[in-house]
Amino acid sequence: MTVLVAGVVAARLGVNQYYYFAAYVVLQYIVLATAWNILGGYTGYVNFGTPAFFALGAYTAIVLIKSVKAPLAAQLVAGAAVAGVLGFAIGYLTLRLRGVFFSIATLALAVVLQTMFINWDYAGGARGITLARPAVGPLGASYVEFLFVVMLGLAVVAVATARWIEGSWIGRGLAAIRDNEEAAECMGVPTLRLKLVATTVSGVLMGLAGAPFPYYLTFVEPTSVFDLNYAVNSLAMPMIGGSTTWIGPVIGAVLLGTAQQVAMVTISSALNLLLVGLILVAFVILAPEGIVGLVQRLARRRGGGA
Amino acid sequence: MFSLDLLLNALVAGILLGGFYAVVSLGISIAFGLLDIVNIAHPVFVMLGSYVAYILNAQLGFDPVLTGVLFAPVFYGLGLLLYQIYYASFERRGAESLRGLVFFFGILFVVEVSLLLAFGVDYRLVEASYIGESLRIGPVGIAYRLLVPCLIGMALTGALYLFLSRTFFGRAIQAVSQDAFALRLMGADPIRIKRLAFGIAIATASLAGALLIMIGPVEPAMNREYIGRVFAVAVLGGMGSVGGTLVAALILGIVESLTATFSGPSWSVAVSFGVLLLVLAVRPAGLFGR
Repeated sequence: MTVLVAGVVAARLGVNQYYYFAAYVVLQYIVLATAWNILGGYTGYVNFGTPAFFALGAYTAIVLIKSVKAPLAAQLVAGAAVAGVLGFAIGYLTLRLRGVFFSIATLALAVVLQTMFINWDYAGGARGITLARPAVGPLGASYVEFLFVVMLGLAVVAVATARWIEGSWIGRGLAAIRDNEEAAECMGVPTLRLKLVATTVSGVLMGLAGAPFPYYLTFVEPTSVFDLNYAVNSLAMPMIGGSTTWIGPVIGAVLLGTAQQVAMVTISSALNLLLVGLILVAFVILAPEGIVGLVQRLARRRGGGA
Repeated sequence: MFSLDLLLNALVAGILLGGFYAVVSLGISIAFGLLDIVNIAHPVFVMLGSYVAYILNAQLGFDPVLTGVLFAPVFYGLGLLLYQIYYASFERRGAESLRGLVFFFGILFVVEVSLLLAFGVDYRLVEASYIGESLRIGPVGIAYRLLVPCLIGMALTGALYLFLSRTFFGRAIQAVSQDAFALRLMGADPIRIKRLAFGIAIATASLAGALLIMIGPVEPAMNREYIGRVFAVAVLGGMGSVGGTLVAALILGIVESLTATFSGPSWSVAVSFGVLLLVLAVRPAGLFGR
Protein backbone atom coordinates (compact mmCIF):
# COMPACT_ATOMS: atom_id res chain seq x y z
CA MET A 1 0.00 0.00 0.00
CA THR A 2 2.72 2.42 0.99
CA VAL A 3 4.49 1.70 -2.26
CA LEU A 4 1.44 2.76 -4.22
CA VAL A 5 1.01 6.01 -2.31
CA ALA A 6 4.71 6.78 -2.70
CA GLY A 7 4.30 6.15 -6.40
CA VAL A 8 1.39 8.54 -6.74
CA VAL A 9 3.30 11.23 -4.90
CA ALA A 10 6.32 10.68 -7.12
CA ALA A 11 4.08 10.94 -10.14
CA ARG A 12 2.83 14.35 -9.15
CA LEU A 13 6.33 15.65 -8.65
CA GLY A 14 6.37 16.53 -12.30
CA VAL A 15 9.93 15.60 -13.11
CA ASN A 16 11.20 15.14 -16.65
CA GLN A 17 8.72 12.90 -18.49
CA TYR A 18 11.48 10.57 -19.59
CA TYR A 19 12.00 9.31 -16.06
CA TYR A 20 8.43 8.04 -16.06
CA PHE A 21 9.01 6.24 -19.33
CA ALA A 22 12.16 4.62 -17.99
CA ALA A 23 10.61 3.77 -14.65
CA TYR A 24 7.61 2.28 -16.44
CA VAL A 25 9.92 -0.10 -18.28
CA VAL A 26 11.65 -1.19 -15.09
CA LEU A 27 8.30 -1.76 -13.37
CA GLN A 28 7.09 -3.69 -16.39
CA TYR A 29 10.12 -5.93 -16.07
CA ILE A 30 9.39 -6.47 -12.40
CA VAL A 31 6.02 -7.86 -13.41
CA LEU A 32 7.47 -9.95 -16.26
CA ALA A 33 10.36 -11.26 -14.19
CA THR A 34 8.11 -12.17 -11.29
CA ALA A 35 5.66 -13.84 -13.65
CA TRP A 36 8.42 -15.83 -15.32
CA ASN A 37 9.83 -16.86 -12.01
CA ILE A 38 6.60 -18.44 -10.83
CA LEU A 39 6.98 -20.99 -13.57
CA GLY A 40 10.74 -20.92 -13.96
CA GLY A 41 12.21 -20.44 -10.55
CA TYR A 42 9.51 -21.98 -8.37
CA THR A 43 8.60 -24.89 -10.64
CA GLY A 44 11.69 -25.39 -12.73
CA TYR A 45 10.07 -25.07 -16.16
CA VAL A 46 11.84 -22.63 -18.44
CA ASN A 47 9.57 -20.44 -20.53
CA PHE A 48 11.30 -19.01 -23.58
CA GLY A 49 8.13 -17.51 -24.98
CA THR A 50 7.49 -14.51 -22.73
CA PRO A 51 7.01 -12.29 -25.78
CA ALA A 52 4.04 -14.41 -26.83
CA PHE A 53 2.09 -13.78 -23.63
CA PHE A 54 3.17 -10.19 -23.39
CA ALA A 55 2.20 -9.51 -27.00
CA LEU A 56 -1.13 -11.26 -26.55
CA GLY A 57 -1.92 -8.86 -23.72
CA ALA A 58 -0.92 -5.92 -25.86
CA TYR A 59 -2.86 -7.03 -28.93
CA THR A 60 -5.96 -7.82 -26.93
CA ALA A 61 -5.82 -4.27 -25.66
CA ILE A 62 -5.39 -2.99 -29.21
CA VAL A 63 -8.41 -4.90 -30.42
CA LEU A 64 -10.47 -3.55 -27.55
CA ILE A 65 -9.32 0.01 -28.15
CA LYS A 66 -10.01 -0.22 -31.84
CA SER A 67 -13.38 -1.83 -31.62
CA VAL A 68 -15.09 -0.39 -28.56
CA LYS A 69 -12.73 2.23 -27.17
CA ALA A 70 -12.61 0.29 -23.93
CA PRO A 71 -11.14 1.87 -20.82
CA LEU A 72 -7.78 0.74 -19.48
CA ALA A 73 -9.32 -1.38 -16.74
CA ALA A 74 -11.20 -3.50 -19.27
CA GLN A 75 -8.05 -3.85 -21.37
CA LEU A 76 -6.13 -5.08 -18.36
CA VAL A 77 -8.70 -7.69 -17.46
CA ALA A 78 -9.14 -8.87 -21.03
CA GLY A 79 -5.42 -8.99 -21.74
CA ALA A 80 -4.79 -10.94 -18.59
CA ALA A 81 -7.62 -13.36 -19.32
CA VAL A 82 -6.53 -14.11 -22.87
CA ALA A 83 -2.89 -14.61 -21.89
CA GLY A 84 -4.02 -16.80 -19.03
CA VAL A 85 -5.99 -18.99 -21.42
CA LEU A 86 -2.92 -19.30 -23.64
CA GLY A 87 -0.86 -20.28 -20.63
CA PHE A 88 -3.36 -22.94 -19.70
CA ALA A 89 -3.55 -24.23 -23.26
CA ILE A 90 0.16 -24.52 -23.78
CA GLY A 91 0.48 -26.11 -20.39
CA TYR A 92 -2.22 -28.63 -21.12
CA LEU A 93 -0.57 -29.59 -24.39
CA THR A 94 2.98 -29.95 -23.23
CA LEU A 95 3.29 -30.30 -19.48
CA ARG A 96 2.84 -34.03 -19.49
CA LEU A 97 6.11 -34.27 -21.39
CA ARG A 98 9.64 -33.59 -20.30
CA GLY A 99 10.46 -30.07 -19.25
CA VAL A 100 12.71 -29.49 -22.25
CA PHE A 101 9.82 -30.04 -24.67
CA PHE A 102 7.75 -27.48 -22.80
CA SER A 103 10.56 -24.98 -23.28
CA ILE A 104 10.90 -25.71 -26.98
CA ALA A 105 7.14 -25.41 -27.30
CA THR A 106 7.22 -21.94 -25.77
CA LEU A 107 9.94 -20.93 -28.20
CA ALA A 108 7.93 -22.18 -31.15
CA LEU A 109 4.85 -20.46 -29.70
CA ALA A 110 6.53 -17.08 -29.82
CA VAL A 111 7.52 -17.54 -33.45
CA VAL A 112 4.10 -18.84 -34.50
CA LEU A 113 2.25 -16.03 -32.72
CA GLN A 114 4.51 -13.47 -34.30
CA THR A 115 3.69 -14.89 -37.73
CA MET A 116 0.00 -14.73 -36.93
CA PHE A 117 0.13 -11.10 -35.90
CA ILE A 118 2.20 -10.13 -38.90
CA ASN A 119 -0.57 -11.52 -41.07
CA TRP A 120 -3.44 -9.98 -39.13
CA ASP A 121 -4.25 -6.65 -40.71
CA TYR A 122 -6.99 -5.60 -38.33
CA ALA A 123 -4.38 -5.13 -35.65
CA GLY A 124 -1.97 -3.46 -38.01
CA GLY A 125 -0.21 -6.44 -39.57
CA ALA A 126 3.41 -5.94 -40.40
CA ARG A 127 3.09 -2.15 -40.64
CA GLY A 128 2.01 -1.78 -37.10
CA ILE A 129 -0.73 0.36 -35.67
CA THR A 130 -0.79 3.83 -34.18
CA LEU A 131 -3.11 4.73 -31.39
CA ALA A 132 -4.21 7.95 -29.81
CA ARG A 133 -3.45 8.10 -26.16
CA PRO A 134 -5.75 10.09 -23.86
CA ALA A 135 -4.02 13.30 -22.87
CA VAL A 136 -4.91 13.45 -19.23
CA GLY A 137 -5.28 10.63 -16.73
CA PRO A 138 -7.97 10.43 -14.06
CA LEU A 139 -5.62 11.79 -11.40
CA GLY A 140 -5.19 15.04 -13.24
CA ALA A 141 -1.59 14.39 -14.18
CA SER A 142 -0.44 13.49 -17.70
CA TYR A 143 -1.45 10.09 -19.00
CA VAL A 144 2.11 8.86 -18.92
CA GLU A 145 2.28 9.48 -15.22
CA PHE A 146 -1.02 7.66 -14.84
CA LEU A 147 0.39 4.67 -16.71
CA PHE A 148 3.38 4.77 -14.41
CA VAL A 149 1.11 4.51 -11.39
CA VAL A 150 -0.88 1.74 -13.05
CA MET A 151 2.27 -0.23 -13.74
CA LEU A 152 3.39 0.35 -10.19
CA GLY A 153 0.09 -1.09 -9.04
CA LEU A 154 0.54 -4.09 -11.32
CA ALA A 155 4.04 -4.64 -9.98
CA VAL A 156 2.70 -4.64 -6.44
CA VAL A 157 -0.01 -7.11 -7.45
CA ALA A 158 2.51 -9.38 -9.17
CA VAL A 159 4.93 -9.42 -6.28
CA ALA A 160 2.11 -9.91 -3.78
CA THR A 161 0.84 -12.88 -5.82
CA ALA A 162 4.30 -14.41 -6.00
CA ARG A 163 4.81 -13.91 -2.30
CA TRP A 164 1.48 -15.51 -1.50
CA ILE A 165 2.13 -18.46 -3.78
CA GLU A 166 5.57 -18.98 -2.33
CA GLY A 167 4.24 -19.30 1.17
CA SER A 168 1.19 -21.38 0.40
CA TRP A 169 0.76 -25.08 -0.26
CA ILE A 170 0.94 -24.31 -3.97
CA GLY A 171 4.43 -22.95 -3.56
CA ARG A 172 5.58 -25.92 -1.58
CA GLY A 173 4.18 -28.25 -4.21
CA LEU A 174 5.94 -26.32 -6.95
CA ALA A 175 9.22 -26.48 -5.09
CA ALA A 176 8.78 -30.22 -4.78
CA ILE A 177 8.25 -30.44 -8.52
CA ARG A 178 11.35 -28.38 -9.12
CA ASP A 179 13.53 -30.54 -6.92
CA ASN A 180 12.39 -33.93 -8.15
CA GLU A 181 9.20 -34.29 -10.09
CA GLU A 182 8.97 -38.05 -9.93
CA ALA A 183 9.41 -38.09 -6.18
CA ALA A 184 6.80 -35.39 -5.82
CA GLU A 185 4.35 -37.38 -7.92
CA CYS A 186 5.01 -40.42 -5.77
CA MET A 187 4.34 -38.40 -2.63
CA GLY A 188 0.95 -37.44 -3.92
CA VAL A 189 1.65 -33.92 -5.10
CA PRO A 190 -0.84 -33.16 -7.90
CA THR A 191 1.94 -32.18 -10.27
CA LEU A 192 -0.03 -31.64 -13.46
CA ARG A 193 -2.62 -29.48 -11.74
CA LEU A 194 -0.03 -27.39 -9.96
CA LYS A 195 1.97 -26.93 -13.12
CA LEU A 196 -1.16 -25.79 -14.92
CA VAL A 197 -1.83 -23.29 -12.12
CA ALA A 198 1.71 -21.98 -12.41
CA THR A 199 1.55 -21.64 -16.20
CA THR A 200 -1.82 -19.92 -16.08
CA VAL A 201 -0.86 -17.47 -13.33
CA SER A 202 2.39 -16.73 -15.12
CA GLY A 203 0.51 -16.12 -18.35
CA VAL A 204 -2.05 -13.88 -16.63
CA LEU A 205 0.63 -11.68 -15.10
CA MET A 206 2.52 -11.39 -18.37
CA GLY A 207 -0.68 -10.45 -20.16
CA LEU A 208 -1.29 -7.81 -17.50
CA ALA A 209 2.13 -6.37 -18.20
CA GLY A 210 1.38 -6.27 -21.89
CA ALA A 211 -2.05 -4.65 -21.80
CA PRO A 212 -0.98 -1.04 -21.03
CA PHE A 213 1.77 -1.30 -23.61
CA PRO A 214 -0.18 0.10 -26.59
CA TYR A 215 -1.08 3.26 -24.68
CA TYR A 216 2.46 3.53 -23.40
CA LEU A 217 4.08 3.52 -26.81
CA THR A 218 1.14 4.58 -29.02
CA PHE A 219 2.72 2.60 -31.83
CA VAL A 220 2.77 -1.17 -31.85
CA GLU A 221 4.22 -3.43 -34.49
CA PRO A 222 5.06 -7.14 -34.26
CA THR A 223 8.84 -6.86 -34.43
CA SER A 224 9.13 -4.58 -31.42
CA VAL A 225 6.55 -6.36 -29.31
CA PHE A 226 8.14 -9.74 -29.96
CA ASP A 227 11.57 -8.32 -29.41
CA LEU A 228 14.12 -10.79 -28.08
CA ASN A 229 14.68 -8.25 -25.31
CA TYR A 230 11.62 -9.44 -23.44
CA ALA A 231 12.49 -13.09 -23.72
CA VAL A 232 16.02 -12.67 -22.45
CA ASN A 233 15.30 -10.11 -19.78
CA SER A 234 12.39 -11.95 -18.24
CA LEU A 235 14.73 -14.93 -18.00
CA ALA A 236 17.92 -13.15 -16.99
CA MET A 237 16.42 -10.99 -14.27
CA PRO A 238 15.13 -13.82 -12.10
CA MET A 239 18.22 -15.96 -12.75
CA ILE A 240 20.53 -13.10 -11.82
CA GLY A 241 18.49 -11.88 -8.90
CA GLY A 242 17.77 -15.30 -7.50
CA SER A 243 15.06 -17.63 -8.63
CA THR A 244 13.87 -19.28 -5.46
CA THR A 245 12.15 -16.36 -3.77
CA TRP A 246 9.93 -13.42 -4.70
CA ILE A 247 12.56 -10.81 -4.06
CA GLY A 248 15.04 -12.25 -6.57
CA PRO A 249 13.16 -11.13 -9.69
CA VAL A 250 12.58 -7.72 -8.15
CA ILE A 251 16.28 -7.23 -7.44
CA GLY A 252 17.20 -8.55 -10.86
CA ALA A 253 14.64 -6.38 -12.61
CA VAL A 254 15.63 -3.20 -10.79
CA LEU A 255 19.36 -3.74 -11.27
CA LEU A 256 19.30 -5.01 -14.81
CA GLY A 257 16.46 -2.75 -15.87
CA THR A 258 18.03 0.46 -14.71
CA ALA A 259 21.42 -0.59 -16.05
CA GLN A 260 19.85 -1.24 -19.43
CA GLN A 261 17.98 2.05 -19.49
CA VAL A 262 21.20 3.87 -18.76
CA ALA A 263 23.15 1.80 -21.27
CA MET A 264 20.55 2.31 -23.96
CA VAL A 265 20.98 6.03 -23.74
CA THR A 266 24.75 5.97 -23.47
CA ILE A 267 25.85 2.97 -25.56
CA SER A 268 24.01 1.32 -28.42
CA SER A 269 20.98 -0.78 -27.61
CA ALA A 270 22.25 -3.91 -29.35
CA LEU A 271 25.45 -3.83 -27.35
CA ASN A 272 23.50 -3.71 -24.12
CA LEU A 273 21.66 -6.87 -25.19
CA LEU A 274 25.01 -8.56 -25.66
CA LEU A 275 26.02 -7.52 -22.16
CA VAL A 276 22.83 -8.98 -20.73
CA GLY A 277 23.55 -12.26 -22.48
CA LEU A 278 27.12 -12.41 -21.20
CA ILE A 279 26.10 -11.53 -17.67
CA LEU A 280 23.41 -14.21 -17.81
CA VAL A 281 25.87 -16.88 -18.91
CA ALA A 282 28.37 -15.76 -16.27
CA PHE A 283 25.77 -15.92 -13.53
CA VAL A 284 24.40 -19.27 -14.61
CA ILE A 285 27.88 -20.75 -14.52
CA LEU A 286 29.29 -19.05 -11.45
CA ALA A 287 26.40 -17.97 -9.24
CA PRO A 288 23.46 -20.20 -10.02
CA GLU A 289 21.48 -18.99 -7.06
CA GLY A 290 21.75 -15.41 -8.12
CA ILE A 291 22.36 -12.39 -5.99
CA VAL A 292 19.99 -13.61 -3.32
CA GLY A 293 22.01 -16.82 -3.11
CA LEU A 294 25.26 -14.91 -2.79
CA VAL A 295 23.86 -12.78 0.00
CA GLN A 296 22.57 -15.87 1.79
CA ARG A 297 25.94 -17.53 1.50
CA LEU A 298 27.67 -14.47 2.92
CA ALA A 299 25.21 -14.27 5.80
CA ARG A 300 25.71 -17.93 6.62
CA ARG A 301 29.46 -17.62 6.61
CA ARG A 302 29.38 -14.61 8.88
CA GLY A 303 26.80 -16.12 11.20
CA GLY A 304 28.22 -19.64 11.50
CA GLY A 305 31.89 -18.72 11.21
CA ALA A 306 32.64 -18.76 14.89
CA MET B 1 -5.61 -24.27 -57.75
CA PHE B 2 -4.44 -27.82 -57.41
CA SER B 3 -2.16 -28.91 -60.20
CA LEU B 4 -0.02 -31.99 -60.55
CA ASP B 5 2.92 -29.87 -61.63
CA LEU B 6 2.75 -27.80 -58.47
CA LEU B 7 2.42 -30.90 -56.32
CA LEU B 8 5.36 -32.64 -57.98
CA ASN B 9 7.56 -29.61 -57.63
CA ALA B 10 6.55 -29.18 -54.01
CA LEU B 11 7.34 -32.83 -53.30
CA VAL B 12 10.74 -32.67 -54.93
CA ALA B 13 11.59 -29.42 -53.16
CA GLY B 14 10.47 -31.06 -49.93
CA ILE B 15 12.76 -34.03 -50.43
CA LEU B 16 15.70 -31.81 -51.22
CA LEU B 17 14.97 -29.57 -48.27
CA GLY B 18 14.63 -32.65 -46.10
CA GLY B 19 18.10 -33.79 -47.05
CA PHE B 20 19.37 -30.45 -45.86
CA TYR B 21 17.37 -30.55 -42.62
CA ALA B 22 19.08 -33.86 -41.92
CA VAL B 23 22.48 -32.14 -41.89
CA VAL B 24 21.31 -29.49 -39.48
CA SER B 25 19.65 -32.04 -37.24
CA LEU B 26 22.59 -34.45 -37.08
CA GLY B 27 24.22 -32.30 -34.46
CA ILE B 28 21.12 -32.36 -32.28
CA SER B 29 20.66 -36.06 -32.90
CA ILE B 30 24.08 -36.64 -31.39
CA ALA B 31 23.95 -34.03 -28.64
CA PHE B 32 20.36 -34.51 -27.55
CA GLY B 33 19.73 -38.02 -28.76
CA LEU B 34 22.90 -39.68 -27.55
CA LEU B 35 24.26 -37.35 -24.90
CA ASP B 36 21.02 -35.89 -23.51
CA ILE B 37 22.37 -32.35 -23.82
CA VAL B 38 19.66 -29.90 -24.78
CA ASN B 39 21.76 -27.75 -27.04
CA ILE B 40 19.23 -25.26 -28.29
CA ALA B 41 22.14 -23.14 -29.41
CA HIS B 42 22.99 -25.58 -32.20
CA PRO B 43 21.10 -23.64 -34.91
CA VAL B 44 22.92 -20.46 -33.99
CA PHE B 45 26.22 -22.25 -34.54
CA VAL B 46 24.87 -23.20 -37.92
CA MET B 47 24.33 -19.48 -38.52
CA LEU B 48 27.92 -18.91 -37.45
CA GLY B 49 28.98 -21.43 -40.06
CA SER B 50 26.91 -19.56 -42.64
CA TYR B 51 28.58 -16.27 -41.84
CA VAL B 52 32.04 -17.81 -41.96
CA ALA B 53 31.20 -19.16 -45.40
CA TYR B 54 29.88 -15.74 -46.34
CA ILE B 55 33.04 -13.92 -45.30
CA LEU B 56 35.34 -16.34 -47.07
CA ASN B 57 33.16 -16.23 -50.13
CA ALA B 58 32.91 -12.45 -50.24
CA GLN B 59 36.56 -11.74 -49.49
CA LEU B 60 38.35 -14.66 -51.07
CA GLY B 61 35.82 -16.22 -53.38
CA PHE B 62 35.91 -19.59 -51.60
CA ASP B 63 33.25 -22.09 -52.46
CA PRO B 64 30.95 -22.44 -49.43
CA VAL B 65 31.19 -26.21 -49.26
CA LEU B 66 34.97 -25.91 -49.12
CA THR B 67 34.69 -23.44 -46.26
CA GLY B 68 32.30 -25.71 -44.44
CA VAL B 69 34.69 -28.62 -44.56
CA LEU B 70 37.74 -26.47 -43.83
CA PHE B 71 36.24 -24.97 -40.72
CA ALA B 72 34.82 -28.18 -39.34
CA PRO B 73 37.95 -28.74 -37.19
CA VAL B 74 37.61 -25.21 -35.78
CA PHE B 75 34.02 -25.83 -34.86
CA TYR B 76 35.05 -29.18 -33.44
CA GLY B 77 37.43 -27.39 -31.10
CA LEU B 78 34.65 -24.97 -30.19
CA GLY B 79 32.44 -27.93 -29.35
CA LEU B 80 35.12 -29.42 -27.11
CA LEU B 81 35.46 -26.14 -25.25
CA LEU B 82 31.73 -25.69 -24.89
CA TYR B 83 31.28 -29.19 -23.56
CA GLN B 84 34.06 -28.67 -21.06
CA ILE B 85 32.35 -25.58 -19.67
CA TYR B 86 28.98 -27.30 -19.67
CA TYR B 87 30.35 -30.34 -17.92
CA ALA B 88 32.29 -28.40 -15.30
CA SER B 89 29.34 -26.19 -14.48
CA PHE B 90 26.40 -28.54 -14.67
CA GLU B 91 26.86 -32.20 -15.27
CA ARG B 92 29.40 -32.67 -12.56
CA ARG B 93 27.27 -30.92 -9.98
CA GLY B 94 24.27 -32.93 -11.09
CA ALA B 95 22.25 -29.73 -11.29
CA GLU B 96 18.79 -29.68 -12.79
CA SER B 97 18.48 -29.33 -16.52
CA LEU B 98 16.90 -25.90 -15.97
CA ARG B 99 20.29 -24.27 -15.68
CA GLY B 100 21.75 -26.22 -18.59
CA LEU B 101 18.89 -25.02 -20.75
CA VAL B 102 19.35 -21.43 -19.62
CA PHE B 103 23.09 -21.75 -20.22
CA PHE B 104 22.58 -22.76 -23.83
CA PHE B 105 19.96 -20.09 -24.27
CA GLY B 106 22.48 -17.57 -23.02
CA ILE B 107 25.05 -18.88 -25.51
CA LEU B 108 22.47 -18.71 -28.27
CA PHE B 109 21.71 -15.15 -27.35
CA VAL B 110 25.32 -14.04 -27.12
CA VAL B 111 26.20 -15.55 -30.49
CA GLU B 112 23.10 -14.20 -32.19
CA VAL B 113 23.61 -10.65 -30.91
CA SER B 114 27.32 -10.80 -31.77
CA LEU B 115 26.45 -11.79 -35.32
CA LEU B 116 23.90 -8.99 -35.37
CA LEU B 117 26.46 -6.47 -34.19
CA ALA B 118 29.05 -7.69 -36.67
CA PHE B 119 26.87 -8.09 -39.71
CA GLY B 120 23.68 -6.17 -39.15
CA VAL B 121 20.20 -7.35 -40.04
CA ASP B 122 20.72 -7.43 -43.78
CA TYR B 123 20.40 -10.74 -45.53
CA ARG B 124 23.71 -12.15 -46.68
CA LEU B 125 24.27 -14.63 -49.45
CA VAL B 126 27.04 -16.40 -51.31
CA GLU B 127 27.89 -16.56 -54.97
CA ALA B 128 29.01 -19.77 -56.64
CA SER B 129 28.87 -20.87 -60.21
CA TYR B 130 26.19 -23.47 -59.75
CA ILE B 131 23.83 -21.63 -57.44
CA GLY B 132 21.55 -19.96 -59.92
CA GLU B 133 21.11 -22.92 -62.21
CA SER B 134 18.67 -25.75 -62.13
CA LEU B 135 18.10 -29.11 -63.72
CA ARG B 136 14.87 -29.91 -65.49
CA ILE B 137 13.44 -33.40 -65.55
CA GLY B 138 10.07 -33.31 -67.25
CA PRO B 139 7.70 -30.97 -65.37
CA VAL B 140 9.98 -30.83 -62.37
CA GLY B 141 12.71 -28.29 -61.80
CA ILE B 142 15.53 -29.21 -59.45
CA ALA B 143 17.53 -26.22 -58.35
CA TYR B 144 21.22 -26.92 -57.85
CA ARG B 145 21.27 -24.77 -54.76
CA LEU B 146 18.91 -27.31 -53.21
CA LEU B 147 20.36 -30.41 -54.81
CA VAL B 148 23.93 -29.94 -53.68
CA PRO B 149 23.08 -29.51 -49.96
CA CYS B 150 20.75 -32.49 -50.14
CA LEU B 151 23.38 -34.77 -51.65
CA ILE B 152 26.06 -33.59 -49.27
CA GLY B 153 23.60 -34.02 -46.44
CA MET B 154 22.93 -37.60 -47.35
CA ALA B 155 26.65 -38.26 -47.73
CA LEU B 156 27.34 -36.80 -44.30
CA THR B 157 24.55 -38.83 -42.76
CA GLY B 158 25.99 -41.98 -44.31
CA ALA B 159 29.47 -41.13 -43.10
CA LEU B 160 28.27 -40.48 -39.59
CA TYR B 161 26.29 -43.70 -39.55
CA LEU B 162 29.38 -45.65 -40.53
CA PHE B 163 31.42 -43.82 -37.93
CA LEU B 164 28.96 -44.62 -35.18
CA SER B 165 28.58 -48.25 -36.05
CA ARG B 166 32.00 -49.31 -37.28
CA THR B 167 34.68 -47.33 -35.46
CA PHE B 168 35.80 -47.67 -31.86
CA PHE B 169 34.90 -44.11 -30.92
CA GLY B 170 31.57 -44.33 -32.64
CA ARG B 171 30.58 -47.42 -30.75
CA ALA B 172 31.91 -45.88 -27.56
CA ILE B 173 29.58 -42.93 -28.10
CA GLN B 174 26.64 -45.23 -28.48
CA ALA B 175 27.78 -47.09 -25.39
CA VAL B 176 28.05 -43.97 -23.31
CA SER B 177 24.49 -43.09 -24.11
CA GLN B 178 23.27 -46.47 -23.02
CA ASP B 179 25.24 -46.88 -19.83
CA ALA B 180 28.06 -44.53 -18.93
CA PHE B 181 29.01 -46.40 -15.80
CA ALA B 182 29.42 -49.70 -17.59
CA LEU B 183 31.64 -47.96 -20.08
CA ARG B 184 33.88 -46.75 -17.32
CA LEU B 185 34.13 -50.31 -16.01
CA MET B 186 35.27 -51.33 -19.47
CA GLY B 187 38.17 -48.92 -19.30
CA ALA B 188 37.02 -46.01 -21.46
CA ASP B 189 36.60 -42.51 -20.10
CA PRO B 190 32.98 -41.44 -20.63
CA ILE B 191 33.76 -37.75 -20.23
CA ARG B 192 36.31 -37.87 -23.01
CA ILE B 193 33.92 -39.74 -25.24
CA LYS B 194 31.10 -37.30 -24.60
CA ARG B 195 33.37 -34.37 -25.26
CA LEU B 196 34.45 -35.89 -28.54
CA ALA B 197 30.84 -36.54 -29.51
CA PHE B 198 29.76 -33.02 -28.70
CA GLY B 199 32.71 -31.70 -30.70
CA ILE B 200 31.56 -33.71 -33.69
CA ALA B 201 28.05 -32.40 -33.25
CA ILE B 202 29.21 -28.78 -33.41
CA ALA B 203 31.56 -29.61 -36.30
CA THR B 204 28.55 -30.64 -38.38
CA ALA B 205 27.20 -27.14 -37.79
CA SER B 206 30.05 -25.72 -39.82
CA LEU B 207 29.10 -27.67 -42.91
CA ALA B 208 25.39 -27.19 -42.26
CA GLY B 209 25.87 -23.45 -42.13
CA ALA B 210 27.76 -23.40 -45.41
CA LEU B 211 24.93 -25.37 -47.02
CA LEU B 212 22.30 -23.12 -45.48
CA ILE B 213 23.70 -19.97 -47.00
CA MET B 214 23.86 -21.78 -50.31
CA ILE B 215 20.13 -22.47 -50.20
CA GLY B 216 19.16 -18.92 -49.50
CA PRO B 217 20.12 -15.61 -47.90
CA VAL B 218 20.63 -15.67 -44.15
CA GLU B 219 20.25 -13.28 -41.26
CA PRO B 220 21.02 -13.91 -37.59
CA ALA B 221 17.47 -14.30 -36.28
CA MET B 222 16.81 -17.26 -38.56
CA ASN B 223 18.30 -19.62 -36.03
CA ARG B 224 15.08 -19.52 -34.02
CA GLU B 225 13.05 -20.96 -36.87
CA TYR B 226 15.37 -23.92 -36.97
CA ILE B 227 15.20 -24.80 -33.30
CA GLY B 228 11.71 -26.18 -33.70
CA ARG B 229 12.56 -28.03 -36.91
CA VAL B 230 15.71 -29.58 -35.58
CA PHE B 231 14.12 -30.94 -32.43
CA ALA B 232 11.10 -32.13 -34.37
CA VAL B 233 13.40 -34.13 -36.64
CA ALA B 234 15.44 -35.51 -33.76
CA VAL B 235 12.37 -36.65 -31.86
CA LEU B 236 10.52 -37.98 -34.90
CA GLY B 237 13.55 -39.93 -36.03
CA GLY B 238 14.12 -41.44 -32.65
CA MET B 239 16.78 -40.27 -30.26
CA GLY B 240 20.23 -41.06 -31.43
CA SER B 241 19.30 -42.88 -34.60
CA VAL B 242 21.20 -41.35 -37.50
CA GLY B 243 19.17 -43.19 -40.13
CA GLY B 244 16.02 -42.14 -38.34
CA THR B 245 17.16 -38.53 -38.49
CA LEU B 246 17.42 -38.71 -42.26
CA VAL B 247 14.01 -40.27 -42.68
CA ALA B 248 12.40 -37.83 -40.27
CA ALA B 249 14.10 -34.89 -41.98
CA LEU B 250 12.74 -36.00 -45.34
CA ILE B 251 9.25 -36.33 -43.92
CA LEU B 252 9.41 -32.91 -42.33
CA GLY B 253 10.82 -31.39 -45.50
CA ILE B 254 7.98 -32.78 -47.57
CA VAL B 255 5.26 -31.73 -45.12
CA GLU B 256 6.70 -28.24 -44.85
CA SER B 257 7.08 -27.87 -48.58
CA LEU B 258 3.51 -28.95 -49.22
CA THR B 259 2.23 -26.56 -46.55
CA ALA B 260 4.29 -23.71 -47.95
CA THR B 261 3.06 -24.29 -51.46
CA PHE B 262 -0.61 -24.67 -50.63
CA SER B 263 -1.11 -22.57 -47.50
CA GLY B 264 1.63 -19.98 -47.46
CA PRO B 265 5.26 -20.03 -46.38
CA SER B 266 4.83 -18.22 -43.08
CA TRP B 267 3.27 -21.29 -41.52
CA SER B 268 6.26 -23.56 -42.00
CA VAL B 269 7.49 -23.09 -38.43
CA ALA B 270 4.08 -24.00 -37.11
CA VAL B 271 4.36 -27.19 -39.13
CA SER B 272 7.51 -28.38 -37.41
CA PHE B 273 6.07 -27.56 -34.02
CA GLY B 274 2.89 -29.40 -34.91
CA VAL B 275 4.84 -32.44 -36.04
CA LEU B 276 6.83 -32.41 -32.81
CA LEU B 277 3.71 -32.29 -30.67
CA LEU B 278 2.06 -35.03 -32.70
CA VAL B 279 5.04 -37.33 -32.35
CA LEU B 280 5.30 -36.71 -28.64
CA ALA B 281 1.63 -37.42 -28.18
CA VAL B 282 1.46 -40.54 -30.30
CA ARG B 283 4.85 -42.23 -30.25
CA PRO B 284 7.47 -40.43 -28.15
CA ALA B 285 10.19 -42.90 -29.02
CA GLY B 286 10.08 -41.74 -32.61
CA LEU B 287 10.24 -43.90 -35.68
CA PHE B 288 13.49 -45.69 -34.99
CA GLY B 289 14.09 -44.93 -31.37
CA ARG B 290 15.00 -47.40 -28.71
